[in-house]
Amino acid sequence: MHLRSYLQIAGLWIRAAWQYPTSFVLLAVGNGLITALDFVGLWIMFAHLEDLAGFALHEVALLYGSASLALAVADTAIGSVERIGSYIRTGRLDQMMTKPVPLLVQVCADQFTLRRLGRLTQAAVVFGWACTYVDWTPTRVLVAVSMLVSGGLLFFGLFVGFSCVQFWTTDATEFANAFTYGGATVTQYPLTIFPREVIVGLTFVIPVAFVNWYPCLYLLGRSDPTGMPEAFQFASPVAGVLTMAAALLVWRSGVRHYTSTGS
Amino acid sequence: MSVTEPLIDVRDLERTFDVRRRVEGRRRRVRDSVVAVHDLTFSVAAGEMVGYIGPNGAGKSTTIKMLTGILVPTGGRVRVAGLDPSRDRVELARRIGVVFGQRSTLWWDLPLRDSFDLLQKIYRIAPGRYRDNLAKFVDLLDLGDQLDTPVRQLSLGQRMRGDITAALLHDPEVLYLDEPTIGLDVVSKGRLREFLRALNEDRGTTLVLTTHDLQDIEALCDRVVVIDHGTSVYDGSLAGLHAEGGSSRTLVVDLVDEAPPISVPGASVRRVDGPRQWLSFPAQASAAPIVAAVAASYDVADLSIQEPDIEDVIRQLYSRNV
Repeated sequence: MHLRSYLQIAGLWIRAAWQYPTSFVLLAVGNGLITALDFVGLWIMFAHLEDLAGFALHEVALLYGSASLALAVADTAIGSVERIGSYIRTGRLDQMMTKPVPLLVQVCADQFTLRRLGRLTQAAVVFGWACTYVDWTPTRVLVAVSMLVSGGLLFFGLFVGFSCVQFWTTDATEFANAFTYGGATVTQYPLTIFPREVIVGLTFVIPVAFVNWYPCLYLLGRSDPTGMPEAFQFASPVAGVLTMAAALLVWRSGVRHYTSTGS
Repeated sequence: MSVTEPLIDVRDLERTFDVRRRVEGRRRRVRDSVVAVHDLTFSVAAGEMVGYIGPNGAGKSTTIKMLTGILVPTGGRVRVAGLDPSRDRVELARRIGVVFGQRSTLWWDLPLRDSFDLLQKIYRIAPGRYRDNLAKFVDLLDLGDQLDTPVRQLSLGQRMRGDITAALLHDPEVLYLDEPTIGLDVVSKGRLREFLRALNEDRGTTLVLTTHDLQDIEALCDRVVVIDHGTSVYDGSLAGLHAEGGSSRTLVVDLVDEAPPISVPGASVRRVDGPRQWLSFPAQASAAPIVAAVAASYDVADLSIQEPDIEDVIRQLYSRNV
């Protein structure tokens, strides 16, 4: 039901963007170019590296592709949540609060844009290519699917949770980005390049290691080089759901703490 | 006397804000508590049209935000249609309409119709009822030709009418209007007031109106609640407010030639500047006999009437209460 409201609102935003076809097309072309350049950058990096911290090219590509895919999905679906600071300042949040759709659904759907489609495509291509090297079994397919879903949930939770900081102190978008996009960047590499303390932090504090690192170890048939429990490789859904739940709690207390603006 | 619960029931309502303030000579900012609303009690019965007025910063917006569930009260009790607004905000949203005068909820780049169609979906308005309501409001508000125009090309008045239609499509029991006529020309203002009066008569929609325009109140509201410094200082009829506030209207007379101060019963001259004279008379009195008396004994070039300034009335009222 909430999904329907979400799609209805998002759909109208796409229609609104279509009112300016030229800029819509230019934006799409620009995005395509940036994506292509990203590809070139990746290719250069991999062309000079035989392996990274003991991981072969296709293994790094699996890590990179799955993390980017999860981030791109979350960013496309709910990226506008990081703008609540400006919604608060402009009074837009007040207006949303008088509509019979849960506030979070409205905030996420607001100014929905397909500008991240380029990134999504790029991530999907890298991931798809890396998948051809995976020795697939039914369990691995299951883990791969749950990895993508849980990764999306995890980023969703991180986006929402850290955006809520803006209920207490508006204009903290950069602070939130440090954790969300920062977390995404970190997970694009084999975590073994980091000291153990960082890995522990990425597992238990900001659990982005569950976005791709642990499930990918299983997909690649590798034992955990850092000696974390093997169960972690199947625990992504748990981490995803816990992060979501925590984020929703923070969101609720943020909304109740919300003090609006004058006028 | 009705035994049913009032539609809006506010009791001992309180809202304080924590603000941090810089203090000279101290590095850390000091936490301060500012009281926006306190000890506020009033109720509104279904079908009433109430003007909610007060100077800037008096707590008007804060109250409206608590009535709509945007802000959580820090004390006291609010019930609207039997619901606790901040707790049941989404459910309440189906039963109320809100128009913030200076902020549009319409889709800027799309035709009006698209915004209305989305509202039908998210309020889940039955297709038949939606069609009827839309046809009726579009007709009454004269929006027929604008339905397919992108909102950004509409005039301020048309956009305001669009916003009011948007707030009414789901048949709300109560409509909150925040400065609905701000920036509109005289004709648009008049039309809008007429529409709101008809809405109240035909559908029994309860109206809560905040405004700086005393004529809005005069045209629409049987009852005025005045808020100052976060609490209600007057609750009653507009005439009573004028009487209590001792407010006066001003008749500005432009004579053909300079003359000594005009002397007519019921009015006194406040100021003389060449051929122009300012006569003040009680706000609740009719201007007609005074105008007639002036015209009968003097050569008048022009006449105009200045309405009392709502802020003045409230200021006087408040200074009396203190």
